Amino acid sequence: MIRFLIQTVASAFSQLQSNKLRAFLTSLGIIVGVASVTSIVGAMTGLKQFVLSEFETIGTRYVYLDGQVPPSMRDKVSWRKAQLTMEEIEAIMQQADAVELISPVWAERFRIENGEESIDNVRVQGIWPEWNDIESREIISGRPFTHTDNEHKQHVCIINERAIEELDLDKDPLGDFIFVDGRRFLIVGIIETKEFNLFGMGDAQTEVYIPFETARKMAPHRWIRHASARLVSEDVADDAKAQIRFILRKMRGLTPDDEDTFIVEVLQGYIDQFKGMASALTAIAGGIVAISLLVGGIGIMNIMLVSVSERTREIGLRKAVGARPAVILTQFLVEAVVLCLFGGYLGVAIGQGAVVALNAFSPLDGAQVPMWAIVLAFVFSAGVGVIFGMFPAIKASRLDPIEALRHE
Amino acid sequence: MTIRIRNMRKIYKMGVERIHALAGVDLDIERNEFVAIMGASGSGKSTLMNILGCLDRPTKGFYELNGKLTHKMGAAELAAVRNKEIGFVFQSFELLPRATALKNVMLPLLYSKRGWQARRAAKRALERVGLSDRMRHRPNQLSGGQKQRVAIARALVNQPSIILADEPTGNLDSTTGDEIIKLFNELHREGQTIVIVTHEEDIAGHAERIVRLRDGKIISDMPTADDPIHRQWVEQAAAKLTSITDDTRGAGPDAAQPFDVATTFVALADRAEAPA
Repeated sequence: MIRFLIQTVASAFSQLQSNKLRAFLTSLGIIVGVASVTSIVGAMTGLKQFVLSEFETIGTRYVYLDGQVPPSMRDKVSWRKAQLTMEEIEAIMQQADAVELISPVWAERFRIENGEESIDNVRVQGIWPEWNDIESREIISGRPFTHTDNEHKQHVCIINERAIEELDLDKDPLGDFIFVDGRRFLIVGIIETKEFNLFGMGDAQTEVYIPFETARKMAPHRWIRHASARLVSEDVADDAKAQIRFILRKMRGLTPDDEDTFIVEVLQGYIDQFKGMASALTAIAGGIVAISLLVGGIGIMNIMLVSVSERTREIGLRKAVGARPAVILTQFLVEAVVLCLFGGYLGVAIGQGAVVALNAFSPLDGAQVPMWAIVLAFVFSAGVGVIFGMFPAIKASRLDPIEALRHE
Repeated sequence: MTIRIRNMRKIYKMGVERIHALAGVDLDIERNEFVAIMGASGSGKSTLMNILGCLDRPTKGFYELNGKLTHKMGAAELAAVRNKEIGFVFQSFELLPRATALKNVMLPLLYSKRGWQARRAAKRALERVGLSDRMRHRPNQLSGGQKQRVAIARALVNQPSIILADEPTGNLDSTTGDEIIKLFNELHREGQTIVIVTHEEDIAGHAERIVRLRDGKIISDMPTADDPIHRQWVEQAAAKLTSITDDTRGAGPDAAQPFDVATTFVALADRAEAPA
């Protein structure tokens, strides 16, 4: 049996080899189908990895809070009133047990100076000490703020590496002073410059951070710009959102008919959304591929029917010397499957090539065809071979040997 | 008893018409016989051949091959019988064009339980027909006679109980045809049962027994030496031979040349056949 199968596969290969161009053209549908599925899946993997790693840098436990007036609430709530308050922040900190850390952010644009160098309109943000942990902006040199810094409205600052360059500071500027809005600030910590932000898509910017209370004192006419928080764990994203909404709605006295006058965005939610979108895209791609495989399969069936009628005498002879109908059926089925697998193999190779090219010429660099996609491509190709090879094979197996031998 | 056929009928339906290709045939063929089946076209000899070869089943009747009742078998069982018991030799050789002689000869064994010894058996069969130096050649690199030898090797390779040859010399020139017939004679002497379908009297003359068919019935079945039609043909041929050899004797320089009687005989037989 095994010997017979090996023989059949070998003869199928020689059949294929004797008709190289025809085999290639026939399996073109399969080649295109498989190449597109492998390259799409490869690209999706790359995109997913890229986006998720982008999310990862912000942290999957990240929560963004801000005041917002939805259109339906415009008459009832002023924009200013919708902004977060210190009481609300504190309430969330104390009551929402799904929230681990929270920090309000006070922001104003100031002129920054270091001797001769100065930059106007630098975004200076007032933060709590927790902020670095929440935003995953680690201090690479020096120290983070302390609660004492905050409570005593200390004139200390944390700057990013970009600010060091722009202000022409020392390579190790800890202990040096810069001027923010004319006031002297001691540099206590350095954070890395963020090169690329998925949402902001912004350039690397000069960033200066000062303690929240210091900032509030410097720009009292301002308000809490937004708040950042961190979840206890990724799994409580929905709980956290619900808790925060409950607290804020209660404190703001919203009736059940009122829409939220704030936004709570949980990054994990985006991630889930993105993952959902990615699988939807993959599914759509899968559908397209299914159609092209169908078309490819019809091509295979067509050429197998041609092959059966071309080789009618051969079939008659094989039957005359003792090939059972099942043997003839197997022979043609194996030929169709080999043809499809050949197409699948070329398709995977082309798809793999496309993915390599994608890695080389696009910002994605983690695109790769996962093993399951390759296995699936081959399984599907073989399946197409079996399904569309079946009819011609049955036709061959049912040929009457006498008539087949008489066939011209 | 190798073959036992009783009251065999084969009826084809052509629209409303019913054609009795075989209308009650009784035939026994013993082990190690060499039988020629003769008849004009439409006499039913091809139908009989197909049923003998288990390529077709009779509409009615009884066919026993080596104790097996083949008229009751299904397609798969018949395939197994063809594989084991029957070796076919066709008029147009029917070799697989892309396969070497060796692969062609191996083919029946691949469908049998002896697949593991296919190569060895095929080599032996090719040696038997004198083609041990052509094993790696493809059919298009072989002459007609060599192709038919390959086909005969393929028929022999699974040691069938009977070889069925359908006009085996029909596509060959007379010299090559004669070689093929000689090969059949040798195989017969070695104990092989051979049934040959032909319409050529000289080919039939090599068989021990001639079965003649007309309109689906056997009209005569006797040893070649006793067959009146064949005897008449031989006499006519001999008479022509004598007259022509006389002519050649009187024709001058050629007369001195010795010639092979058998070759001349075959050549003459061909000439006698041609106008018909």
